[in-house]
Amino acid sequence: MSAAIELEDVRKRFVVRAKRGRLRRERRVVDAVAGITLAVEEGELLGYLGPNGAGKSTTIKMLTGILVPTSGRVRVARLDPARRRIELTRRIGVVFGQRVQLWWDLPLRDSFDLLRHVYRVPDQRYRENLERFSALLDLEPFLETPVRQLSLGQRVRGELTAALLHDPEVVFLDEPTIGLDVVAKQRVREFLVELNRERGVTVVLTTHDLGDIERLCSRLVVIDHGRVIWDGAIEELKRLYGRERTLVVDLEEPEPPLEVPGGRVVRVEGPRQWLRFRGDEVSAAHLTAAVAARTRLVDLAIEETDIEEIVRRIYRGGADA
Amino acid sequence: MADALAVYARLISAQVRSQLQYRVSFALDLAGTFLISFLDFIAVLIIFDNVPELDGWTLHEVAFLYASTCVSFAVVDVVIGHLDLFPRMIREGTFDLILVRPRGTLFQVIASDFAMRKLGKVLQGVIVFVFALGGLEVDWTAGRAAMTLVMVLAGAAIFAAVWVAGATIAFWTVDGGEFTNAFTYGGNFMTQYPISIYGEWVRRFLAYLIPMAFVCYFPSLYILDKPDPLGLPRALQFASPVVAVAAAVVAGVIWRSAVRRYRSVGS
Repeated sequence: MSAAIELEDVRKRFVVRAKRGRLRRERRVVDAVAGITLAVEEGELLGYLGPNGAGKSTTIKMLTGILVPTSGRVRVARLDPARRRIELTRRIGVVFGQRVQLWWDLPLRDSFDLLRHVYRVPDQRYRENLERFSALLDLEPFLETPVRQLSLGQRVRGELTAALLHDPEVVFLDEPTIGLDVVAKQRVREFLVELNRERGVTVVLTTHDLGDIERLCSRLVVIDHGRVIWDGAIEELKRLYGRERTLVVDLEEPEPPLEVPGGRVVRVEGPRQWLRFRGDEVSAAHLTAAVAARTRLVDLAIEETDIEEIVRRIYRGGADA
Repeated sequence: MADALAVYARLISAQVRSQLQYRVSFALDLAGTFLISFLDFIAVLIIFDNVPELDGWTLHEVAFLYASTCVSFAVVDVVIGHLDLFPRMIREGTFDLILVRPRGTLFQVIASDFAMRKLGKVLQGVIVFVFALGGLEVDWTAGRAAMTLVMVLAGAAIFAAVWVAGATIAFWTVDGGEFTNAFTYGGNFMTQYPISIYGEWVRRFLAYLIPMAFVCYFPSLYILDKPDPLGLPRALQFASPVVAVAAAVVAGVIWRSAVRRYRSVGS
């Protein structure tokens, strides 16, 4: 196996000019990416995440040849994206969740046909791919519909197909499931798993959706302030944080922190208490029953540990933080 | 090259199909630009209603100059006029999508739209051109006829170069549209009249800095067999194609370095 993506001490420095007062302008240097070293094997499905402004999209832009790094070495599909942008575009596929690359007023099929010519995809290969993706993503019912009339879910399926028609080796997906309903999300996830399994395509996925990461990725890289703060198997992360949930209970009156087996009070505010527990060890029902057995319960809610929270905790350095 | 042209034709035909989805709005736009562009020429007619000659130029001579400039400019406006919206491509990040596709950046930006509605302007220019021909007393040698064609083509290339160079301002300021308009639309307006009517510094600016005087004025002196009121070398009257190539090369270099800068500093 060889690496599909390599980064060696990659940095990207921006000079930001901010207005300070009427005439004065402050020149500030920001290291959006402050030395990232990373290797992604061919066929790997990598989750790449971090809070907003952590340097995620700057990294993706350097990997796709949009931005040139300030220093460090980058290789994607064995090419240097900064120097060989056009060659690289044929080996990668990109979906930016928030930007439409399809032709808005034309039937979906026309967009595919135009991209086929832009990328010079051989006819035979184009037909095979379109047929396969149509089957996997069920595109047939809306291939002749103008893109502007598609639902968000249909459009995302179209965008994915558009990014894959030229048989890229590495695919970058930026928030591909954002805004989708549960069914549409599921469909996109199944497609990505199939794509990865069937064609061995390397996938880099940035997302805020823990569900995407859990179902798709075998490995997770978390960055913050331009640095890698976690790099490891998803199982490991789950073992440490992912299974943690929080039971929020409203009691009739303020009480000292409850003592319940399997749960640990992490916060008390008047009659409200937050109990953290491990979802793989204790069920929420069991814990609720235990609380109800000890005191009078008025209301309750369960909070899942979201990715932002996990990142925050990783950043502080430890599961118990 | 042939492949690029074929792809361009496909992309443009997609744009045309898109625009034809809204037939009524398209027809109104087309009629609108056609009629409004006549207002420009009415201004010329009003001037000549008051004076018999403008700096030695008759109505039909000015109409000839006006019409050939107009056709050059309008064709360019149809093909690359959407560069006016280029700042938006930078701001909204659409330019990033262009960078991840296997074609030249300028090629893709140009192929991203085609303003059919502005064909009304081209038509207006052609009509004024016919009007001008009807009243000119020119000995139409093969040389003069060929020069007329070269003049329009070279003029278009110069306008295009100024437009492309102007659009790159967006890489620095994100929004430099109005500044660029002063050179493109403004340049078009000024060169519709003989440049000898302007003050000296405007003339120099038009002639040499942004080479608008080469768009149609200098070649027209030759075609219409007019003495040069400024007494400049006669070679200038034949220099338009050279100036056009030079302008295109300069614009290309500016574009390339602007893209390079964008890729290194971001937006």
